[in-house]
Amino acid sequence: MAEAAVANRDYPRVYGKVGSLHRERAWALRWAYVSLILASIIFLAPPFYMLVTSIKTNVEMADQSLNPWIVRNPTLEHYWAILSNPIFLTFFKNSIIVTILVVSVTMVISVLAAFALSRMRFWGSQVLATGVFLTYLVPDTLLFIPLYQIVGGLGLLNSIWGLVLVYPTLTVPFCTWIMIGYFASIPKELDEAALIDGATWPQMLTKIFIPVALPGIIAATIFAFTVSWAAFVYPTAFITRPDQMPLTIGIVSQLVRGDTFAWGQIMSGALIAALPPVVVYVFLMDYYIAGLTAGATKG
Amino acid sequence: MAQVSLRKLVKEYEGGVQAVKGIDLDIEDEEFVVLVGPSGCGKSTTLRMIAGLEEITSGEIAIGGDVVNDIPPRDRDIAMVFQNYALYPHMSVYDNISFGLKLRGFTREEIKRRVDNAARILGIGELLERKPKALSGGQRQRVAMGRAIVRDPKVFLFDEPLSNLDAKLRVQMRTEIKQVHQTVRTTTVYVTHDQVEAMTLADRVVVMNHGVIEQVGPPNELYRNPATIFVAGFIGSPAMNMIPARLEQAGGGGLMVQLGEGLSVPVPEERTARYAPHANRDLLFGIRPEHLTEATRIDKQNLAPLTVKLDVIEPMGMETLVHFHIDGTSVCGRVDPAAGAEAGVRMALAAHMEHMHLIDKGSGKVL
Ligand SMILES: Nc1ncnc2c1ncn2[C@@H]1O[C@H](COP(=O)(O)OP(=O)(O)OP(=O)(O)O)[C@@H](O)[C@H]1O
Ligand SMILES: [Mg+2]
Repeated sequence: MAEAAVANRDYPRVYGKVGSLHRERAWALRWAYVSLILASIIFLAPPFYMLVTSIKTNVEMADQSLNPWIVRNPTLEHYWAILSNPIFLTFFKNSIIVTILVVSVTMVISVLAAFALSRMRFWGSQVLATGVFLTYLVPDTLLFIPLYQIVGGLGLLNSIWGLVLVYPTLTVPFCTWIMIGYFASIPKELDEAALIDGATWPQMLTKIFIPVALPGIIAATIFAFTVSWAAFVYPTAFITRPDQMPLTIGIVSQLVRGDTFAWGQIMSGALIAALPPVVVYVFLMDYYIAGLTAGATKG
Repeated sequence: MAQVSLRKLVKEYEGGVQAVKGIDLDIEDEEFVVLVGPSGCGKSTTLRMIAGLEEITSGEIAIGGDVVNDIPPRDRDIAMVFQNYALYPHMSVYDNISFGLKLRGFTREEIKRRVDNAARILGIGELLERKPKALSGGQRQRVAMGRAIVRDPKVFLFDEPLSNLDAKLRVQMRTEIKQVHQTVRTTTVYVTHDQVEAMTLADRVVVMNHGVIEQVGPPNELYRNPATIFVAGFIGSPAMNMIPARLEQAGGGGLMVQLGEGLSVPVPEERTARYAPHANRDLLFGIRPEHLTEATRIDKQNLAPLTVKLDVIEPMGMETLVHFHIDGTSVCGRVDPAAGAEAGVRMALAAHMEHMHLIDKGSGKVL
């Protein structure tokens, strides 16, 4: 046995294998880069086209003989038109109000629900946890008809408050599901230590669970933000008054007049609308990664 | 500072598993009591009921004279150290230790005084700013103990606090726990499955098996006079030899233990009255390895000669373990390294009969 092990160690094929591992790794890396670059090109082409279009003059846009990917006389006129249009600022304001409220409501509900479902054993808590996830599987394209009845019954059609009411039906189940997973990964002894240290249930949540599960909370926040900022089906169904529209449908409804598409303004509006998610992602992603590695490097 | 008493304590988990089957135990003020027993015997369950983390099915727990059955953990004035330390990962060592004090509204100065005191006792003064992730296992264990010490509770509860540490550190931390107890003198209940840990730490050891208490007593008492076959086999390493035997009348009113293979050893005179009622019965003859030695001073009283063929010898340096068989039962003895023990060779051993035990096979009681 021992002899065989010694013999094996000097066996040249072992070295050969190490070499081929290196080579395999190099190949894998090369392929990874190639596919990442391809994916980036595919995903970045539409926003780039939007950018190019948004800084063209209307004349240049209409000229079929020119290469559509190149700008000759860049202009910011569409941006000025959009930003000086009060209705556009109203859309923006509506989107911000709706999103902030929805994210807040979602996080409060789903953190509390996940805490209860993952830690307080009560009759039916298992079934409830599964039920929460199942509701997430029902698509909004199916739900907007019955929800129209409900929102209408409450007199909230044509109001951003109707959106604040219905968006959480999309966000809460999934965020609760994420948070249940994060809370479940916190060892039970941690709550027990806190209980013995003298914490009440609310203190345990605010002083132990929320800080420890911060990466999960940020992931859930990003999800809720994305859903409510980009929601399209519900506002299309529930809102027809321009002063109550969020950006997503506002741009489409105000800048498309019959057959006339104000392409320059549509594109610049869409780009401005896409800016907040990018900012939020960049800011929270940094925070998210910092949260994951905190303590590992500190001290 | 307080006594802890358990009265007819029962724990039945959902599904009808009885983890603790009605135990009674009185723990004195300032006492260090160790619950020891094999895996699944209900040690942790008992400790967790004292802590208030597990509901009591029936019975009563009193801490410092007050029944605490319906009092939540935070109001029982206890502190607990867990096997996996359970440090709060997002807090510095200082915040971990002071968390309980902050929740209880201590002043900043008082908290600092207590944390510094605990840090001094445990030697973790330089670690106070670190996060738990940046600590070694032993350091984490100290922080967990610090969290218990600063509270100055009535009772310390430990659940296998050393089993995640390597062997060397375990021995070192064992000493430290004992030193801490001698400094703060808080009543302590300590759970372990390691009998060496139990023997070395405890004022009194509680041996549990299958949800009942087998025996309670000071370590040496348990070692010398086990009450049951379970305790006899559990305490001590290598374990006590138990050889099927028959107790027989000998000439002159004496008793003999027949071991089979023609081997027999005489019962010491002072034990004849105690064992006489069991004469002519099949029993187990129990004797610890250190009471089966080389036969050099055979003239000494109560040494019975026993010549056997050795199967295996294990030199340990300080002594040599010899293994042999009597009538198919494997037996272990401990001889002097210079006694010339050799595998496959017959050797004259001596049984120190004043340390013998006779065990009733049916009831498991030591006679
Ligand atoms: N939550 C639970 N539900 C059902 N049965 C349980 C539960 N916790 C423990 N038990 C059972 O109760 C018995 C005693 O468990 P306990 O944890 O007290 O053992 P222990 O003596 O601490 O063992 P170990 O040395 O392995 O920690 C075991 O048979 C175990 O399977
Ligand atoms: Mg246990």
